[in-house]
Amino acid sequence: MQLFDTLVFLLDSTVRLSVPLLLAALAGLYSERSGVFDIGLEGKMLAGAFAAGAAAAVTGSAWVGLIAAVAISLLLSLVHGFASITHRGNQIVSGVAINFIAAGSTIILGQAWFSQGGRTPLLSDDARLGAIRLPFAEAVADVPIIGQIYSDLLSGHSILAYVAFLMVPFTWWVLFRTRFGLRLRAVGENPAAVDTAGISVAWLRYRAVMCTGILTGLAGTYLALSQNAGFVKDMTAGRGFIALAALIFAKWRPVPVMFACLLFGFLDAFSIRIQGTPLPFIGQVPVQFMQALPYILTVVLLAGFIGQAIPPRAGGVPYVKER
Amino acid sequence: MAHAAIELKGIDKSFGSVHANRNISLTIPAGTIHGIIGENGAGKSTLMSILYGFYQADRGEIFVKGERAAILSSSDAIARGIGMVHQHFMLVHNFTVLENVILGAEGEPLLKTSIAKARSELNRLERDYGLEVDPDAIIEDLPVGLQQRVEILKALYRGAEILILDEPTGVLTPAEADHLFRILLQLKKEGKTIVLITHKLREIMAVTDNVSVMRQGALVATRKTAETTVEELAELMVGRRVLLRVEKSPVSAGDVLLSVRNLTVRDSRGVTMVDGVSFDVRAGEIVGIAGVAGNGQTELLETITGIREAASGSVFLAGRPVAVTGGADPADLRERGMAHVPEDRHHMGLVLPFEENENAILGYHRQKKYLKGPFLDIDAIRQDAREKIEKYDIRPADCRLKTANFSGGNQQKIVLSREMEQDPDVLIVGQPTRGVDVGAIEFIHRRLVEMRDKGKAVLLVSVELDEIRSLSDRILVMFSGRIVGERGPDATEGELGLLMAGVEGKEAAA
Repeated sequence: MQLFDTLVFLLDSTVRLSVPLLLAALAGLYSERSGVFDIGLEGKMLAGAFAAGAAAAVTGSAWVGLIAAVAISLLLSLVHGFASITHRGNQIVSGVAINFIAAGSTIILGQAWFSQGGRTPLLSDDARLGAIRLPFAEAVADVPIIGQIYSDLLSGHSILAYVAFLMVPFTWWVLFRTRFGLRLRAVGENPAAVDTAGISVAWLRYRAVMCTGILTGLAGTYLALSQNAGFVKDMTAGRGFIALAALIFAKWRPVPVMFACLLFGFLDAFSIRIQGTPLPFIGQVPVQFMQALPYILTVVLLAGFIGQAIPPRAGGVPYVKER
Repeated sequence: MAHAAIELKGIDKSFGSVHANRNISLTIPAGTIHGIIGENGAGKSTLMSILYGFYQADRGEIFVKGERAAILSSSDAIARGIGMVHQHFMLVHNFTVLENVILGAEGEPLLKTSIAKARSELNRLERDYGLEVDPDAIIEDLPVGLQQRVEILKALYRGAEILILDEPTGVLTPAEADHLFRILLQLKKEGKTIVLITHKLREIMAVTDNVSVMRQGALVATRKTAETTVEELAELMVGRRVLLRVEKSPVSAGDVLLSVRNLTVRDSRGVTMVDGVSFDVRAGEIVGIAGVAGNGQTELLETITGIREAASGSVFLAGRPVAVTGGADPADLRERGMAHVPEDRHHMGLVLPFEENENAILGYHRQKKYLKGPFLDIDAIRQDAREKIEKYDIRPADCRLKTANFSGGNQQKIVLSREMEQDPDVLIVGQPTRGVDVGAIEFIHRRLVEMRDKGKAVLLVSVELDEIRSLSDRILVMFSGRIVGERGPDATEGELGLLMAGVEGKEAAA
């Protein structure tokens, strides 16, 4: 049972660590499927996390924190939309700018408002989005295997974790079963086809980047109010980029996105678990190597193991009518 | 008389300094096929884009079925029963036929019911008009002829009564084009009004009831098709008399200057694009390669000229081998007397933001006459460019003008002047008149024949069958990467058309 306990523990951390990746990757999916590349997932997530931490610290309410995070992240996504849809600017430049704005302003505002070296005050449990115990979780905890899986692995996560995983089938449904999804996919492949069909390309893309803003806001909220008890500077730590990698790795499809995020989450969990434990035949592995492992794997996977990932054909290209 | 389907009154449109449409008034009677011809840049597409709501006119009124219509967007046009089949298809390549048809006309937020409805409606349209196509096929797997059919279905599904087709036959084989015309006649019989935009006179004569001619943004004439001739229309289009046939002396072929043996080329995905092709081009002859676009002609040209690597096979230039399977250098080939007019002048032939004189030496800029020590000799380059402009009648005659600001025909002349003035032994020409107007076509054709008469070997690749037939001394037909037949210049269009469609390909190969 020792091994099984370890496994459940490892998978539980996997789920926790993959939630922000999943929310961010799904966020990116909406935007990129509509033909707007978004390298600014990281920045929006970071700004969202800061807004959540700050608002929750001031008001003492997690829900106010969540709303603030979504609002700020939505605002940044509209900035990205304004630059890249309305003004047909370079989407990469706009995304990078958002990342820098978020990285700089969160620290400055955090220091100015709370004077704790760029972090927001530690939150009490009331101001966090803590673990939810699913019904009967206590009762079945002692049932071997199934009970343990239910109570330790499925139960006890933040509401946002459940939202994140429910977003996977929901996103699939939106993309492939609704009018909005059909148009969204079409505008990412051939915006001229959408335009000549009498649909506004700009409005469609704006709606897509708004979906992105909401979801990155949730991802930031999860980091600040569920995984931690407040905002810490640079707390996204490259997760926005890993989410982007997961999105490419999954070829812009919702269900594979979930598995890609779980894989990256697992590597993260594994590297934490394995730290300081000597491996058989290899011996002690430097901590730094284990921490680098998810990133090394990302490079290896993207470099050759996934076949050709074909992005939406109109991705990154502002839409201009002929002439 | 019932209301005209469309009436345009005083339509005027400018793009910056370009006056694309000048005070155009036009009446298109309901239930007819109306042709609009004109050279490239004459304003045909702009006029139709205004009608379809893609652009707004600066001045003028549009009446649809007798009612004044403000068409501010494509959805307004669709609501008025106007449908358009664009020159470049407006299809999503990785969607199914059905998804493309319903895009923008889904009706409800959920796809399930709208897809079911579209499927039965599509079935009905297919039956009524003979427009069979598998509704679940993915667009990119369909041949272009069928993709075009999807475009027509899209318009009909939206209830179009007036169908505008912009250069519909550019991508079709002659057989596919004939099929399209049958469909158009069927649609006319059902009471639809059809506007056919083209620069091919043959098509106008074949299917239209009336024809309007545009020149430099103005509508210069409208005729009943039955009462006009190809010669009259050509003259109206260009504004002067045009020689439609190229005059050519009998061929006197000399030594083999270009020899291709068992050439096989694969693309980046490993698909065989050129499959064991062999042929010779002799001094003093034009060899034409006919075929529908995408049957390996592009890859063949790029391999011979050293841009693309071959998987196997060999090419000889004046008897000496060209390292086509690796290491061939286009610059080296130029020095050995091979000039290349690429198929796509924007992509390969020119740097559009450069000045004319800069483009006029591209690829030859290492030659001593353009250099002063390690630097470019600007004066010599400009002088050289001015001479070429004079000789090739490039307009406007300004060697400092940005190349992007020349018309298609003049851009093509810039490329031709650069390549031909090097006095090459072998001239490789791809699509020399694509997007070029009738007047310039005549000029370019004469130049090509001149090269041949001077004893050069000319390899001509074109999707325009008329061009191939009037210029070539021998015609090779390419289908699916292979040469499926060789014919003389007197081959009929039907005969070549069948070869191009691969119909006789198997017999020819056997």
